[in-house]
Amino acid sequence: MKIVTCLVIAGLFLTATTYAQQPRPKTIRPGAPIMGLTGSVADGQLIYKKYCLTCHQADGGGVPRMNPPLIKTSYVLGDKARIIKIVLNGFSEQVDIDGDYYSNAMPAFDFLKDKEVADVLTYVRNSFTNKAPAVKVAEVTRLRVKKKI
Amino acid sequence: MKNRFIIPSLLGIASITALLSFTCINKKPGNDNTAPNAGLKLPEGFSAAVIAENLSTPREIVVTPEGDIFIKQNFNARRNPGGKGIVILHDNGMGMATLKTSFGTFAGSGMYVKKGYLYASSDENVYRFKLNEKNEAINPEKPELIVSGLLNRREHEAKAILLDDNDNLYVNIGAYSNSCQEKDRQKGSMGRKGCPILDSAGGIWQFKADKPNQHYGDGIRYATGLRNVVGMDWNKEDNKLFVMQHGRDQLHDIFPDMFTEQQSALLPAECMFEISKGDNAGWPYIYYDQQQHQKILAPEYGGDGKKTGGENAINPVAAYPGHLAPNGLLFYTGNQFPAKYKNGAFIAFHGSWNRAPEPQAGYFVVFQPFKNGKPSGEWEIFADGFSGSPEQTASGRAEHRPCGLAQGPDGSIYVTDDTKGSIYKIAYKK
Repeated sequence: MKIVTCLVIAGLFLTATTYAQQPRPKTIRPGAPIMGLTGSVADGQLIYKKYCLTCHQADGGGVPRMNPPLIKTSYVLGDKARIIKIVLNGFSEQVDIDGDYYSNAMPAFDFLKDKEVADVLTYVRNSFTNKAPAVKVAEVTRLRVKKKI
Repeated sequence: MKNRFIIPSLLGIASITALLSFTCINKKPGNDNTAPNAGLKLPEGFSAAVIAENLSTPREIVVTPEGDIFIKQNFNARRNPGGKGIVILHDNGMGMATLKTSFGTFAGSGMYVKKGYLYASSDENVYRFKLNEKNEAINPEKPELIVSGLLNRREHEAKAILLDDNDNLYVNIGAYSNSCQEKDRQKGSMGRKGCPILDSAGGIWQFKADKPNQHYGDGIRYATGLRNVVGMDWNKEDNKLFVMQHGRDQLHDIFPDMFTEQQSALLPAECMFEISKGDNAGWPYIYYDQQQHQKILAPEYGGDGKKTGGENAINPVAAYPGHLAPNGLLFYTGNQFPAKYKNGAFIAFHGSWNRAPEPQAGYFVVFQPFKNGKPSGEWEIFADGFSGSPEQTASGRAEHRPCGLAQGPDGSIYVTDDTKGSIYKIAYKK
């Protein structure tokens, strides 16, 4: 009996908090593009699954001390040029990411097309509870050209 | 608009208050002391308890005859600048262990006690502390520097250490690479010819245990072709060195045309090697395939998943499924456990990450039976449930990850968890 009461109250609590935490969505049809992101996010998700998920994991949480998380870190939400360069050039420096070090090297993904880089970064910046402006193809192109010079 | 949030919030507060007044919150994650056997699943007759919690990344562990528990903490020096590398607890056998002392300003993973000294490693150096007749550090603030300048290039940086009976110190120098590619972990990148990493890493180095101020270059390469080793121990039956290698990652990511995601999740094996001076275990040129029971030529060096190789490399004495990350190895010499455990090996598998998108696995302690100094019979899962649930195992979001193993004076074993900082004690009662 006690357990049942617990469950009922817990259920009530969950419903209540879920309701309380979620601001009312504006009237948008399901699947309709939000700020022009939807297509990019969907394409980016495919790239993520193919190339990023093994190390950064399905939930974007990374692996402690080995592969950095992508959840609300300053690298993911911050300067777009910095993460574009990481994807294009790889990353194997001893860098403190929000208080932690990660030991594994990230290879360069320069074989991805500019649009693919933009899409995957837009996906990451708008998944795993992240919310940040999209990465535009032109921004990737500019940095890739710069690298070649 | 605002009112709409107030009512549900009040309701939330009301329900949480109601919830707190019931006993059903006991099962909240992490509250392991209330769960039977601290949440672990063990063979019949065994019991487990958490005797310490919230330590700062406890890795290697040693228990003295006096019941003191030495723990090497690989604490995060940026978050915790005053952290201590060594914590000493005392187990009075009455449940929670008590904190005795802590010292050592360096993080790191390795620790070993021998001949009246406590040896401990950072990722670059090995130090030792003189112990008194009760195995207490005499001058904990002034350790002796034994070896300095060990190679640390981030990947596989932990320095596992161990001593023999002849005043030799053995240090694992992990390879700073996954598979010695031209470009580490890059899709399609081939292996570097005559892998130059092996000159300075990817093996076990031997130093003098009692000579201060040795440098990296003073050591000799005792064994090579070992990608990374954390768990190592002597089999006391015939005094042979056994090590657990962390096998290579990412066969599918790097060579997607040769390996499926499913194959890549299970291959290659995590290997147990018996090591003698001069041995070569074959990394990076080969890996061991536990399904074909063969040393297979690495794709970076012309392999295709089938071609064999490594004619000069030793064979593993036992092989386990891929990516489980064996971090602790302990040969059991106690008399408390049933006879079949005597001189067999316990292995703490830290748990996988490189199986994604396939389900992760591990986060358990395995028992490997031995006979006459060799593995004999199938390995079995000895202690499971560290992760918290099958879902947490599959997702890799384990609550606890077993890491270091030690045997206590009464024959109980101790397991460190470097995720939540818990210390488990596992005992047997007829």
